[in-house]
Amino acid sequence: MQGRAVNGSDEILAVDGVSVTLSGREILRDVTFHINAGEFTGLIGSNGAGKTTLMRVILGLLTPSAGTVRVESGSRGRSLIGYVPQRITLDPDMPLRARDLVGLGIDGQRFGLPLPSSMRRKQVDEMLDAVDATRFADSRVGNLSGGEQQRILIAHALISHPRLLLLDEPLANLDIGSEQEVVDLLARIARQQRIAVLISTHDMNPLLPVMDRIVYIANGRIATGTTAEVVTSESLTKLYGVHVDVIHVHDRILVVAGRREEALQHGGNESIVELV
Amino acid sequence: MVAFLSPLIEPGFFSNLPVQTALVVGGVVAVVSGIVGTFTVMRGQSFAGHSLADIGTAGGSAAFLLGISPLFGFVAMNLMAAGVMEWIGIRRPRGRDLATGIVLGAALGLAALFLYLDSTASSTTGATINVLFGSIFTLPSSMVPVIAIFSVVAAGIVLAMYRPLILSSISSDLATAQGVRVRLVGIGYLAALAVAVSLSAVTIGAILSTALLIGPAATALRLTNRPGRAAAFAAIIGVLATWLGVLLAYDSYYWFPSTGGWPVSFFVVTLIFVIYLASQIRFRARSGVQSRSTATEAA
Ligand SMILES: Nc1ncnc2c1ncn2[C@@H]1O[C@H](COP(=O)(O)OP(=O)(O)OP(=O)(O)O)[C@@H](O)[C@H]1O
Ligand SMILES: [Mg+2]
Repeated sequence: MQGRAVNGSDEILAVDGVSVTLSGREILRDVTFHINAGEFTGLIGSNGAGKTTLMRVILGLLTPSAGTVRVESGSRGRSLIGYVPQRITLDPDMPLRARDLVGLGIDGQRFGLPLPSSMRRKQVDEMLDAVDATRFADSRVGNLSGGEQQRILIAHALISHPRLLLLDEPLANLDIGSEQEVVDLLARIARQQRIAVLISTHDMNPLLPVMDRIVYIANGRIATGTTAEVVTSESLTKLYGVHVDVIHVHDRILVVAGRREEALQHGGNESIVELV
Repeated sequence: MVAFLSPLIEPGFFSNLPVQTALVVGGVVAVVSGIVGTFTVMRGQSFAGHSLADIGTAGGSAAFLLGISPLFGFVAMNLMAAGVMEWIGIRRPRGRDLATGIVLGAALGLAALFLYLDSTASSTTGATINVLFGSIFTLPSSMVPVIAIFSVVAAGIVLAMYRPLILSSISSDLATAQGVRVRLVGIGYLAALAVAVSLSAVTIGAILSTALLIGPAATALRLTNRPGRAAAFAAIIGVLATWLGVLLAYDSYYWFPSTGGWPVSFFVVTLIFVIYLASQIRFRARSGVQSRSTATEAA
C-alpha cells in the first residue's frame, strides 16, 4: 500500500477513496486528498471526527477497508514520515534526556548499541536549537512541561528529514504564545525544507495565517481546498448536513451550527455547535 | 589491609570452592538482572517479571522430579509462559496484566503439584527450599558455563535491541512509525526477561528474584537521566549487593555455629532494599530542596 512513487514530481501524499470501519462502525467514508511538497495542510475536525484515525491510516498503522494511501518513496528505506502522536505521556521515571529522545529520531529503529559520534551530536544540537529547546536539552523528558515535550517530539520527528510530517493535535497543550511560536516554526520548516506538513486540530484559528490547504472532517467525510473554498457556509452546510454559519470576527473564524435541535435531529452531534 | 578486613571476612572465604562459584555466578546473574531489569521497569512490566519467577517454580520443581538442573526447568517453563502471554495479548497495555495473571494462575497450580511431589519423593524439604529460595552455595561448578551462556543470550538480546526497546517503551505508535517492528521487539524482550528471571531464580530463589530484577533498576533510574548509565548502575548495584550478601552469608556460619549459615538471599534482598531506601532519601532531599527554592522565588 505504501512505498510506491506518487505520480507527479511534487506530490508527497495521495489519499484516494479511503474508507475506514472500526468495530463495525464506519469512521471515514471515501476520503480523497493530495498534498504537495512544502505545503502546510490543516486537518480540522471536532472530537471524534476521525483525525487520529486518518493519520494512523496514512502511517500504515491501520488498514483501510477501501481506498489507497501512497506516500512518496525515498532512497534506502529512510523513514519518510515524521510523526508526533496525540497525547503521548512521557514517564517521569524514564531515564531519558530530551536530547536522547531527539537523537532516537535519527537511528532509534537500528539494532546494536549507539556509538558516540560528534556528527550525530552536532545534528542533535542544531535540531534542539531549531525548536528552541536548548535550554532544557539535558533535562529528563518526563519532567518537562507539556509544551516543552511537544517541541522535543517535533524535533524527534524532524531530525530524520522526513518528506511528510504528521502532527496530531500538537497545539493542545500550548498557551497562545507558544501556540503561535510552534505554528510559525512548523510553517518555516515546511517552506525551507520543502516538507509536507499535515497538522490536526479542533481549532483552525491558529493555523489560518500559514495554512495552504484545509482538510475539514465531519460526519466521516471531508471537504478539502483552500480555507476560502472550504470554510464557507455553503460547503460546510453540505458537509455537516445541517445549516452552518461561518462568522468572521476580527481575524478569527467561528463555525456555528444553525440550531442545536436541528443538528441533533439530523444525526449530527452536539460538538458541531461548538466553535471550530 | 588484610588486618583491617579480617573482622569482616571470616577465614577461608576466598579459597572455598562453593564461595568462588557463588561469587562468579552471583555476579554474572546480577549484571544480567540489572540490564534486563532496567528495561522491565522502563516498560512497566514489573508484574510480568515477578510473575515469570513464580511461574518458573513449576518448571524448576518439575526439573527436580526429573533429576535435572532446576535452571533448565525454569528456562523452559518461563519461555513457554512468555509465549502464551504474548499470544494472549501482552502487547496491548490493557491486556498485559490480564495475560500475565491468567498464565500465572495456571502455572501456580502446577507448581503446587510438583513441589508437593518433590517433597514426598525426596522426603526432605530440600527441593522446595532450593526452588523457592535459591541454591547459590550448592550450585555445581559444572553449571557455570551453562549460566554464562544463558546470561550472554539474555543480556545480548536486550543490548542488541537497545534503541528500538527505548522507542517502543515511549510509544508503540511512535516506534512503529519510525520502522520499529514493535511486536518482534516485544517478543525478543519477553524472551530475554524469561531467561534473566530463570537465572536469578536459581541463584537467589524464585520468590526473591524480583528483588534482584527490579530493586537495582528502580534505584538506578533515580540516579541518572541516561538509559545506558541506568543499566550500568543497576548492574553495579546488583553485583555489590550480591557479593556482599554472599560474604555476609558465609560469615553468618560463624555467628550461630549450631544452626548453620543464614540464607544468602535474605542478605542480598535486604541490601538491595537498603540501597533503594537510601536513594529514596537522597531523591526526596533533592526534590525537597527544589520545591523550597521555588517557594522562595515565589515569595
Ligand atoms: N478501535 C476502535 N474501535 C471502534 N471505534 C473507534 C476505534 N478507534 C476510534 N474509534 C472511533 O472513531 C472515531 C474517530 O476517532 P479519532 O480518534 O480518529 O477522532 P479524533 O478526530 O482524533 O478525535 P480527538 O479530537 O478527540 O482526538 C471516534 O468516534 C472513536 O470513538
Ligand atoms: Mg485524535
